[in-house]
Amino acid sequence: MATPNFKHALFCAIVTLIIAYPILGLNLVAQGTKVGLEGATTSTVISVVLAAFVVFFFQLFRDSIMGNLGKLPKLNPLSGREPMPQAKRAKLESWVLTAIVVFALFWPFLVSRGSVDLATLVLIYVMLALGLNVVVGLAGLLDLGYVAFYAVGAYTFALLSQYFGFSFWAALPIGACLAALFGLVLGFPVLRLRGDYLAIVTLGFGEIIRILLNNWTAVTGGPNGIGGIPEPTLFGMEFGRRVKEEGNTSFHETFGIAYSGEHKVIFLYLIALVLAVITALVIRRLMRMPVGRAWEALREDEIAARSLGLSRTAVKLSAFTIGAFFAGFAGTVFASKQGFISPESFVFLESAIILAIVVLGGMGSQIGVILAAIAVTILPELAREFADYRMLIFGAAMVLMMVWRPQGLMPMRRIHIELKRQE
Amino acid sequence: MLEVSNLSMRFGGLLAVDQVSLDVQEREIVSIIGPNGAGKTTVFNCISGFYKPTGGKILFEGREIQGTPDYKISRLGMVRTFQHVRLFNQMTVVENLLVAQHRHLNTNLLAGLIKTPNYREREQKSLDRATYWLDRVGLLDLANREAGNLAYGQQRRLEIARCMVTEPKLLMLDEPAAGLNPAETKDLNQLIVSLKSDYNVSVLLIEHDMSLVMDISDRITVINQGRPLASGTPAEVRQNDDVIKAYLGEA
Repeated sequence: MATPNFKHALFCAIVTLIIAYPILGLNLVAQGTKVGLEGATTSTVISVVLAAFVVFFFQLFRDSIMGNLGKLPKLNPLSGREPMPQAKRAKLESWVLTAIVVFALFWPFLVSRGSVDLATLVLIYVMLALGLNVVVGLAGLLDLGYVAFYAVGAYTFALLSQYFGFSFWAALPIGACLAALFGLVLGFPVLRLRGDYLAIVTLGFGEIIRILLNNWTAVTGGPNGIGGIPEPTLFGMEFGRRVKEEGNTSFHETFGIAYSGEHKVIFLYLIALVLAVITALVIRRLMRMPVGRAWEALREDEIAARSLGLSRTAVKLSAFTIGAFFAGFAGTVFASKQGFISPESFVFLESAIILAIVVLGGMGSQIGVILAAIAVTILPELAREFADYRMLIFGAAMVLMMVWRPQGLMPMRRIHIELKRQE
Repeated sequence: MLEVSNLSMRFGGLLAVDQVSLDVQEREIVSIIGPNGAGKTTVFNCISGFYKPTGGKILFEGREIQGTPDYKISRLGMVRTFQHVRLFNQMTVVENLLVAQHRHLNTNLLAGLIKTPNYREREQKSLDRATYWLDRVGLLDLANREAGNLAYGQQRRLEIARCMVTEPKLLMLDEPAAGLNPAETKDLNQLIVSLKSDYNVSVLLIEHDMSLVMDISDRITVINQGRPLASGTPAEVRQNDDVIKAYLGEA
């Protein structure tokens, strides 16, 4: 047993050295007009070697270490308990959700402007992830181009406001519906595709939208993007220092309070919160309706579903359309929050992040997806102190997550329809 | 009510079904039998719309239906089961039956979102229908279990119940007795006969074991290597020399 372990451990240590030394030790420095390579300082070399030793010894005695770890008391004292009965769980879930929403309503008044701004972004991701959850988690259609619908929503608002002077409230439903229409249009060609093939086509669709926005300079402004997107108003009250549009009044003057930039941020946050809650509630309801059951049935066994008269076309298109609709919601809010959008905001990475949120949260599980959206958005911010290693830490966290909970933070537990017996 | 004439299905160079004709009258149990690989399931797939037949006609209640998409055919009132049970495993037993009734439910999204009284009523009705059929096939006690956790025989019965909640006119069963023990097979045969007598359902049955279908079938069609071999009442088929040859080999 010892020999293969030793070889393996040595190999791991060498790999550690090879990977760690260039990443941590070598620095690019500008020397006049040229770029030079600078070797590592002694302390870095020592720590890299030390790390290699740690890896070596850990791998050498891995079996006994892991064996002893198993004997430690369980970290989670609840891990062995029976699953809750469904009725109790549903009740608890709705209580927790209500508590979170109430807390979220008051929270922005207590914290800094930056946090509220970040929280708005989190809420946008919550909307996106909940929408994608319908497509990926419930209907089982892997969509890698989801960001396209987000872009459609954002650009709809931006263009409508630029060319026709639409306000946020008028553009919100239009943006969402237009995104839904794009979902429908994309749905048609990909109906027959499954799994990998579907993923590739949707990926292509996402790129098409982005490249179109990038190159259609005459209308979209190309890579320069569109600026000056108006902020939402509250019954005709604007949140800026000065009223921009005629006929509107300003918020701080109406209520006779001093102007503060925070009002606008908080108001946007509250809009995002309300929309996110609506998204969550609507999808929650849909899951228990015939259409929700049809999504799941088609995911579980397409042939059986068809034999029972479920039209594959209608079911898949409805999933795409509804998912896209909520992405359009999120896009409109995003455009309003940023005040400026460009195709840069809608790259493939964005799709990947949203998908990561859904997978991380546990496919199909709403609470899981919400938690994951918070984690994925906030983690990179928290890790800002680590500067260059920020994304490294993010990646490591993802890998650990998948080892620790391969089914996601909160795997979906289906809410079953219970048949109540009349005694 | 179902009339299949000169049905042919060709996969490239393989003629899987060649000029098969059969018909099912109202309230009749018709069986298709034949050795393994005879093309029975292919005939089924053609009738239920999973394959588009390369030749021949299929008439259901006087309408030509060959080439109609599968989901439309089941909406016409022809529902099938599968040789290997195909349930929605992660859904509960009741939910399996609810999925099947989706077209009895209001498909209007808005009505469902705000739970109109009409929507509730329909939902309740479909639950009642599900309850009735679960009771009928003896699965009522397991209604809230996941379908994938049922025993094999129970899954078979659930699959039949799932077809029956759609209120079909013609039930097509693909080897319903496969994998069942003799006692379960007997129960199943009783169930099939009662479906015919109590609910006016015609049944088209595939089976490769002849003895099973002899008792319950009104008529039998025998297929061998894609070609029709014989058809008639069980007694006639039993006497037929070609059938005996196909099943027992030539002497």
